[in-house]
Amino acid sequence: MAADPPDRGPPRRPTGRTLSPSAWIGVAMLAVFVAAGLFGPIAAPYDLSLSHVELAHQFEAGSAAHWLGTDGSGRDALSQLLWGARSALALSVIVVAISSTLGLAVGTVAGWFGGTVDEVVMRVVDVLMAFPGILLNIAIVATVARPGIPLTVAALCANGWVGYARVARGQVLALRDRDYVIAAVALGASHRRVMARHLIPNLMGPALVQMSFGLGSVILIEASLSFLGIGPQLDYTWGAMLEQARNFLWNTEWVRRYALVPGLAITWVVLGANLLGDGLRDRLDPRQRGRDGGR
Amino acid sequence: MTIGPFLVRRLGSGLLAIFGACLLTFSFLHLVPGDPVDHLAGGDAPPGMREAIERCMGLDRSLPGQFVGFLGHVVDGTLGHQCKNGDPGGPTVAARLAEVLPHTLALAVCGMLIAVVLALPLGVAAAVRRGSWLDTAATVVSLSGIAVPQMMFAPLLLLWGFISLGWFPGPTEVGPRAIVLPAIAVGTHLMAMLARMTRSAMIDVLGEDYVRTARAKGLPEGRVLVVHALRNALLPVITIAGLQFGSLLSGAIIIENVFSRPGLGSTLLEAIRERNYPVVQGAVLVIAAIYVAVNLAVDLAYGLADPRIRRA
Repeated sequence: MAADPPDRGPPRRPTGRTLSPSAWIGVAMLAVFVAAGLFGPIAAPYDLSLSHVELAHQFEAGSAAHWLGTDGSGRDALSQLLWGARSALALSVIVVAISSTLGLAVGTVAGWFGGTVDEVVMRVVDVLMAFPGILLNIAIVATVARPGIPLTVAALCANGWVGYARVARGQVLALRDRDYVIAAVALGASHRRVMARHLIPNLMGPALVQMSFGLGSVILIEASLSFLGIGPQLDYTWGAMLEQARNFLWNTEWVRRYALVPGLAITWVVLGANLLGDGLRDRLDPRQRGRDGGR
Repeated sequence: MTIGPFLVRRLGSGLLAIFGACLLTFSFLHLVPGDPVDHLAGGDAPPGMREAIERCMGLDRSLPGQFVGFLGHVVDGTLGHQCKNGDPGGPTVAARLAEVLPHTLALAVCGMLIAVVLALPLGVAAAVRRGSWLDTAATVVSLSGIAVPQMMFAPLLLLWGFISLGWFPGPTEVGPRAIVLPAIAVGTHLMAMLARMTRSAMIDVLGEDYVRTARAKGLPEGRVLVVHALRNALLPVITIAGLQFGSLLSGAIIIENVFSRPGLGSTLLEAIRERNYPVVQGAVLVIAAIYVAVNLAVDLAYGLADPRIRRA
């Protein structure tokens, strides 16, 4: 985080440049995901409710009736995929919305006021970062036997906001010495007005980059939790499909087919989010073009 | 500036972070609605058992008293007792963690080795031949390595290595041969991240004046790349590798789960499920401590490798 770009003069309006082709591919991939999440369950060919379990059709390969085959209960894999898309879309949008709002607010306040506020926020950030990987998410979700959607969202937001806070704080530290900010303060603008009118709009670019990467990681973490059997109690998630594949590992032929369905769906979304994130970052900062890992 | 004050400051904030992580975990555990004694004692425990477990876990004390008790066990190095049968004489939490820690460390080290050995040449080659088919291929490999979920990759790898080829032992086994598949699963993901980082750091460094100077004075290209470019490009790569090594301690939880390997992550997950407070707290403490220590080591290595940072 140390390498926040130095003041690069007046803010550039990047509207003249367009996104790179790979970023557009990312946009297209995410559009497919959003469409699948919105309309997939309507288009799903089979009812997945428990009354439709058909053991006669379990572990089937792809066919005209079941394009992607069936699972261990004879339920249609394509329908599970589409319902899973809705779960993934709903969860990731909610989590990204909450953690970005919270993180940007906290980071902006910390960066603007500095001093004790900043110190406290950064210590909290340190503590949350001392939980590596998905440890904190697991710890929170595990406080109840069957986590509902609100608890899962809370668990994902609990450390999800940290990334946004760091981005916002770093940007504010760079922005606070800009002429237009100094001018606003000199004209008597309130703290609230400076932050809302001058700081936040100017840090939305880097925040968007973070949101794009954040979307991908939320999908991965949620799937990991479901895979470990401590995911949200939604009817169909991609992580739960993967867990099922693992539980029937003895049925190797079937696992090889079935695990690919949710696995490639997750890959698709994460790849799309990363391509878009890379592209957005390149557009914001042409110096970084062709680079990555600049976070 | 000497390194002393920096070290003291970092050690202080590191200890604070570990303490915060323990306090946070403690609070979460006590938010749990269920009674931990029910989980440990089982439904039809003999009458004295519940009280014994409660006493052993210190649940008969007040909340602050329990946390102080935990801190006391940190100081005496036992991290408390497992209290499985209410028997305070059983193996300590520290003993249980010491038993699984080598497995986790072995997996993390092997995965890291695989990742570094593959990522450095890949990243350097991609940076040197920027825009070529090799660069594109490296980008595709690293992007997909990041995006493919381990929950799909690891089981398929297990099926391939264990069932199709029959070269490697199956789940639950431990030993040198049994670590190969999990290490590949861990390493692939890491390799993807490190290769991306190496590529971008190399591209940065290759544009620097000192690289142009080295080339201008007629040094062989190999020497320019390795001594002048790669050495400097390694700094950000070391940072990411260090952070990821820390994450592996608990982040290998998926891999440990798929391969049914013992380890810190799987011990923690099991302890969370059976509400074994002392084990959960001990595992979180160990993971957070190693994570903070690795980060500190990375910062120090960074300072040693780059004199500019030492002076700043």
